[in-house]
Amino acid sequence: MNALLVTLRRDLRLAARRPAEVATSLVFFIVVVSLFPLGIGPEVTLLQRIAPGVIWVAALLATLLGLPRLFAADHADGTLEQQLLSPQPQVPLVAGKVLAHWLLCGLPLVLLAPLLGLQFNLDGNVLAVLMLALLLGTPVLSLVGAVGAALTLGVRGGGALVALLMLPLYVPTLVFGAGAAEAAAAGLAAGPQLSLLGALLIVALLFMPWAATAALRIALE
Amino acid sequence: MLCVTDLACSRGERPLFRRLSFSLAAGQWLHVTGDNGAGKTTLLRTLVGLSTPDEGSITWQGRPVHGQRDGYRRALCYIGHATAVKDELTPVENLLTSAALDGHTVSEAQARDALKTLGLARCGHQPTRQLSAGQKRRVMLARLLLRPATLWVLDEPFAALDTTAADWLGRRLSQHLAEGGMALLTSHQPVPLPPGGAVAL
Repeated sequence: MNALLVTLRRDLRLAARRPAEVATSLVFFIVVVSLFPLGIGPEVTLLQRIAPGVIWVAALLATLLGLPRLFAADHADGTLEQQLLSPQPQVPLVAGKVLAHWLLCGLPLVLLAPLLGLQFNLDGNVLAVLMLALLLGTPVLSLVGAVGAALTLGVRGGGALVALLMLPLYVPTLVFGAGAAEAAAAGLAAGPQLSLLGALLIVALLFMPWAATAALRIALE
Repeated sequence: MLCVTDLACSRGERPLFRRLSFSLAAGQWLHVTGDNGAGKTTLLRTLVGLSTPDEGSITWQGRPVHGQRDGYRRALCYIGHATAVKDELTPVENLLTSAALDGHTVSEAQARDALKTLGLARCGHQPTRQLSAGQKRRVMLARLLLRPATLWVLDEPFAALDTTAADWLGRRLSQHLAEGGMALLTSHQPVPLPPGGAVAL
């Protein structure tokens, strides 16, 4: 727990010193989501229909945009090497970094989603389900993405490779996440989709920090 | 005591060295020598556990280092080519963060004292980005004052240092050895220490 807080605090402090990097993926998210109503025109039913999918796809891409930074800077200046040599347990150290990534690149998406949903004329109930689905789903994106970021560390063109590796793995989260909001829009219960998202989150929490730690070791060898 | 037996390492497909054996006891130091590309850095990275050797064993206090990651890492201080300082943080913050990462507490006063010893008294609170390469190395070396470690593994510690800092490092090394510490280092510069062992690659 202590180890987790060490890297969490450190990464949040570093992000505060270079806020532009965090802002990039948030602005990206806002712009991509806003382009759809502009491109499609004011057709309310169509916009309501596509809104959950559009917001989810934009969230996937915004998360991907922040992923290469998760370990790359630490790798370049040698601090990652020192982190791996720390006598503290490695998995919480890595988990702390992933948590920091989610707080900076995932949680803001959850909070921005209802504002963006208004552009699509979504009603309150659907917005609430969409937010809940994003709250459960975005940590999965960060956790799974961390493994990809660790595996592609030091590889030339790593950013594009992370996207290619990770997007197929993001499909279940996308399907259940967008599905939850669509069910709510159709007047059905969103419970099953949300439960499945919760299950995905639990599985990701259990395995991904270990997998990311192992991938980091291999990448630094 | 660090014991290395029949170590073999390669980089990619290229074998670097085979059947390398040496040991290091309290108060001793070893100078790893060899041409560029001979595998000095690979040897040091293997010793600290960042790389795995092809063959051979590394033992610390009589037990293999793989089986006792925590104990070995606590006894270890590795300084590599990279400065391992964050440009966004101040030198004081860098020292505090790296101590926290290593799991021991260092007070801000201790960190400032260490920086003062290294001639960085006035740079303690400016972003590390504004420091020169040599000054960043000094921030890194300040760990040698703050981290209680027995075994120092130093990769080119004298690189980018001016004569004052190099003299300080020499004195700090002798003091460490006199206190029963051990050091293993690579250097292309002459090392201001009483003659120790040598490992030639």
